[in-house]
Amino acid sequence: MKSSKVIHALYTDDDVLMGAVKKLRAAKHAIEEVYTPFPVHGLDKAMGLAPTRIAITSFLYGCVGLTVAILMMNFIMIQDWPQDIGGKPSFSYLENMPAFVPIMFEMTVFFAAHLMVITFYLRSRMWPFKNAENPDPRTTDDHFLVAVSVGDNEKELKKLLTETGAVEMHLVEQEASH
Amino acid sequence: MASHYEAPIRRPLVTGEKSYHDVTVDVARPVEGKANKQWWIVFSIALTAFMWGVGCIIYTIGTGVGVWGLNKTVGWAWDITNFVWWVGIGHAGTLISAVLLLFRQKWRMAINRSAEAMTIFSVIQAGLFPIIHMGRPWLAYWVLPIPNQFGSLWVNFNSPLLWDVFAISTYLSVSLVFWWTGLLPDFAMIRDRAVKPFQKKIYSLLSFGWSGRAKDWQRFEEVSLVLAGLATPLVLSVHTIVSFDFATSVIPGWHTTIFPPYFVAGAIFSGFAMVNTLLIIMRKVCHLEDYITVQHIELMNIVIMITGSIVGVAYITELFIAWYSGVEYEQYAFLNRATGPYAWAYWCMMSCNVFSPQFMWFKKLRTSIMFSFFISIVVNIGMWFERFVIIVTSLHRDYLPSSWTMFSPTFVDIGIFIGTIGFFFVLFLLYARTFPVIAQAEVKTILKSSGQRYKRLRESGESLVGTGSVDAVATDLAKKKSKK
Repeated sequence: MKSSKVIHALYTDDDVLMGAVKKLRAAKHAIEEVYTPFPVHGLDKAMGLAPTRIAITSFLYGCVGLTVAILMMNFIMIQDWPQDIGGKPSFSYLENMPAFVPIMFEMTVFFAAHLMVITFYLRSRMWPFKNAENPDPRTTDDHFLVAVSVGDNEKELKKLLTETGAVEMHLVEQEASH
Repeated sequence: MASHYEAPIRRPLVTGEKSYHDVTVDVARPVEGKANKQWWIVFSIALTAFMWGVGCIIYTIGTGVGVWGLNKTVGWAWDITNFVWWVGIGHAGTLISAVLLLFRQKWRMAINRSAEAMTIFSVIQAGLFPIIHMGRPWLAYWVLPIPNQFGSLWVNFNSPLLWDVFAISTYLSVSLVFWWTGLLPDFAMIRDRAVKPFQKKIYSLLSFGWSGRAKDWQRFEEVSLVLAGLATPLVLSVHTIVSFDFATSVIPGWHTTIFPPYFVAGAIFSGFAMVNTLLIIMRKVCHLEDYITVQHIELMNIVIMITGSIVGVAYITELFIAWYSGVEYEQYAFLNRATGPYAWAYWCMMSCNVFSPQFMWFKKLRTSIMFSFFISIVVNIGMWFERFVIIVTSLHRDYLPSSWTMFSPTFVDIGIFIGTIGFFFVLFLLYARTFPVIAQAEVKTILKSSGQRYKRLRESGESLVGTGSVDAVATDLAKKKSKK
């Protein structure tokens, strides 16, 4: 685990932050992380973050839910113990399918929603008893924090950050994490 | 640079000279402060009602459903009326959260948190009734498809009552998860401001370690959109399935294909009325009038007017079809509703649901807080009577006149209903003092586009860069003061 130096630069406005992030990227600095109190429109693109695939996972989980629903009801109503309920066709899933649609739909939504949210929590490393990792508590109020890696160019980086409108700067030694 | 453009014709959704920090402070204030006398008085009343209801439920389960007013002819009355009423109320919360997100309606931001809380608390009330109305509620787990020693004896997937089990469970759990995920950044805000160690511990726990990284926000926004996309058909399907409890039967007044859209519109109608009831009080008590503005109340009144009109059209359609079909049983069902022994309930329903929302055509009335509050109560009373009329009048006189009889509630029926109202308010009052009642992170995203101060700056031609900070607002206010 190599310890590296990082500068935490704080901003008090989202538009100023956006300008800063773009300038930093243009000057080829490595932005480790940005902490904001609310989602800033366009920030992920400006930082070069890959788009999230979580919606795709939700679709796949929905397919799983639909499959589970179909297999479950086919086993229960058609294979294991078919019964004559109001004359409904108990010998063929397809013929009785209209009655099964509500549950197929509900289970699709159930699986899609819950498994997606669990995936989101796990991927973003959030669960009960997890400690918060934002370096400054004001980043959930009205401050925006950019953590930039610094090597030998500390003075130059600090100058650039001041130019972009940073209101505070802190040099931090940290163990390389994730 | 992100454009915060919003057309000048749109009225501001956040009034006053607010910075991002002001939003934080305003939303955190009710949580960080102490409950006042008013809160304690209302809480005590709600708690008493809740305890009375718990007692009535224990009496019901201990002695049997015979302590209710049900009989062989009228096998469902207050129990299922209350069930449908509570589920219907719940739907507005999801509609505000989900559907308004998909339609990019920014006015949803200040109200969706409380609306979703209302949904969850309503659905909890609703869920009580299917369980306590069972002959043997301790066997309630028999509704689940679990392998067992009776064969396995499975549940009947052709039955709407079972569809209800899956629908309501899915609806409650997905709404809960949608609400909770949105709460994480706001719990984090309270956590980071907390000074008392107990408060800090609790909100640390509740916020799941939310840190506000850009990637987390990116996923958060996508998850919110997907959950909204899933919750929207869920709202429609859940109340459709509830309507199937009646529509898939054979009795006149129940067996009709108009029920799914009629019930869904009715649910939204009563739900929005309940949201208005709650928010009109909450905005005053928690001093949040700058966020839950008169415009918000007016927009909800417009939805109430539209859905109330749809319900009115459904009533007229039912009457027309009863006449046009020539089916004497259907015709009698409606004649009995309007002129029979429960006509008082029918006309109460008609006046509350059909006539009262029409007042909302007048701008003066729909922007009046007092009148909006009054109408919201009237609508909820009307919608309770609607479910009562549908259930009891159709059951008490169906095909066989020798079975015709009357229904009267016992004190237990009434007590349980009042108990659920008490439980609902206990939950909501606790929520209002411990949870951030406005989605403050979301409101911050619309502050520069829809905030009064920023619209004024933008329309006077100034750039909005740097204007969100506390210093910028303070400087502006100081300038104004020195000009005077």
